[in-house]
Amino acid sequence: MTGASGGNMSLAQRAWAIRRNALLMGEVQGQGYIGQALGVADVLAVSYFHAMRYRATDPEWEGRDRFYLSIGHYAIALYAALIEAGILPEEEIATYGMDDSRLPMSGMASYTPGMEITGGSLGHGLGIAVGAALGLKRKKNPAFIYNLLSDGELGEGSTWEAVMSATQWHLDNLIAIVDFNNQQADGPVRAALAQGPEAPKWQAFGWFAQEVDGNDLDAVVAAFDAARNHPAPCPRVIICNTKMCRGISFLEAREKTHFIRVEADEWAKALAEHEGKKPR
Amino acid sequence: MTVPQYSRRGSKYEPRTAARGTDAVRTSAMIASLDAEGRDTVSAPFGHALVELAKTRPDIVGLSADLSKYTDLHIFAQAYPERFYQMGMAEGLLMSAAAGLAREGFTPFATTYAVFAARRAYDFIAMAIAEENLPVKIVCALPGLTTGYGPSHQATEDMAIMRAMPNMVVIDPCDAVEVAQATHAIASYNGPAYMRLLRGQVANVLGVYNYNFELGRAKMLREGEDVLIISSGIMTMRALDAAQALAQDGIGVAVLHSPTIKPLDQETILAQARKNGRLVVVAENHSITGGLGDAVAKTLMTNDVFVPLRQIGLPDAFLDAGALPTLHDQYGITVERIAAQLRCWLDQ
Repeated sequence: MTGASGGNMSLAQRAWAIRRNALLMGEVQGQGYIGQALGVADVLAVSYFHAMRYRATDPEWEGRDRFYLSIGHYAIALYAALIEAGILPEEEIATYGMDDSRLPMSGMASYTPGMEITGGSLGHGLGIAVGAALGLKRKKNPAFIYNLLSDGELGEGSTWEAVMSATQWHLDNLIAIVDFNNQQADGPVRAALAQGPEAPKWQAFGWFAQEVDGNDLDAVVAAFDAARNHPAPCPRVIICNTKMCRGISFLEAREKTHFIRVEADEWAKALAEHEGKKPR
Repeated sequence: MTVPQYSRRGSKYEPRTAARGTDAVRTSAMIASLDAEGRDTVSAPFGHALVELAKTRPDIVGLSADLSKYTDLHIFAQAYPERFYQMGMAEGLLMSAAAGLAREGFTPFATTYAVFAARRAYDFIAMAIAEENLPVKIVCALPGLTTGYGPSHQATEDMAIMRAMPNMVVIDPCDAVEVAQATHAIASYNGPAYMRLLRGQVANVLGVYNYNFELGRAKMLREGEDVLIISSGIMTMRALDAAQALAQDGIGVAVLHSPTIKPLDQETILAQARKNGRLVVVAENHSITGGLGDAVAKTLMTNDVFVPLRQIGLPDAFLDAGALPTLHDQYGITVERIAAQLRCWLDQ
């Protein structure tokens, strides 16, 4: 698991690099879901540089842990992680969202190495993950399926069909990660369908549920370790409370962050602030 | 016994004025076997074909959304319990999970009723299965008007919906012979397929024709000089019987069976339609909107074949509930109604 930036790097350095890659891609298009990418960077750093088994030169290696991105619009975040992991070359940052690029604005399996499923129509990823987890068990393949979904996606009924089924089939090889940033297209998730505490809902459905600060690397590492090592034959979920635009102060301060507008000169400002935060 | 008759026609809940009286037929069970019309039947041809296939194909798995018994998948589940997945009453999950199994190298057969797959699960089939061209086989009972339970269960527009989906193969088999053959064919095809299912006791129609299903091919079952019927599904059985009836009056009716709705066998259809100025009639157990009729019409028009073309099918409407024989007569898809309609068109 040595990535593009070399070995022996700390998770903080990995998260920093993922944020930098995402900012550079955001600058290419001058817009986008940069808020989500900055928010979820720590979770991706733990996924790709602590938890998951994979081979950067062979993204379809049968023994790999599968990472399913339900939320297609988070593609910018996953590309940033795949680049840092060495699965995608850094040069492709400049092609993000361009004609003929392998990095389209919404994640699709047929376009990008390491993009396991076509996301974007929300409420699909966890169901596909259930099928794949059943398939891995049939093959006696010990790999895990990770599924990154969003808080807003919990409003899709099909997500809960999959939640019930994962318990029914004792899918202890399935780890759902919910990026809870309380922002969806029309405003706060909490003002729409997400009512009440999150972890108890999943627990009631039979899942091993943890809720953590998704921007606290130590807490995320501990949660991933606990999820992988939990002894009960049940599916696992980690609800990660994250901060949109995490790490770039003037973007964090914005009220509407689901799809943010960043002026041309602000990208340089954001990258400069980010450069100043580079972990040693 | 006189049964009070009420109808939803006219003003709401108005008592039916022309009651059927003692002619009224009871609504059959939701998923009773179709009338085989004097033919031999085969029990659960899909379930048995899948069991046969599974002997040499360890990649084949079965999934259902609480309708395995009603799609003959229980035969497979009994033979291979460890390869059967009960997904519960959750059609979105059924399709997504089938996609996930396909990603891991399996060939899933996912079954439910046609209405639930085509309507409720469309987005899941489109994005998780068809967009990625995964080899998931969607096999659905109650196609067209094969239940009297009303629009909630009558899949009158399923082929229109599935035809519109890129990458999807769409098959409307006629009988037990074809259900079994097509099951093998779609298992060998490396991509997504939607097959309409006849289940329970299924008529053997094509056995006497030395028939062999080929994906994407239409087959001439009967020659005739006056009318060319292009048909799919159970309407081929009806068309053959109507042709037999009209032959006694010296009217020659050819029957071209086109079970693959997509990709359509344009070559055979064009070649047959170009022959000797026959009236061309498309017959399908489906809405006249978006099914085989539209597919054939487009094929003829865009290839400059301008022949008289008529459609026999279900109206573009939510159909009535009732007993199947009554409904088939009401909507003009019985052998007698087809024969009468052909005579009428020929007399014009």
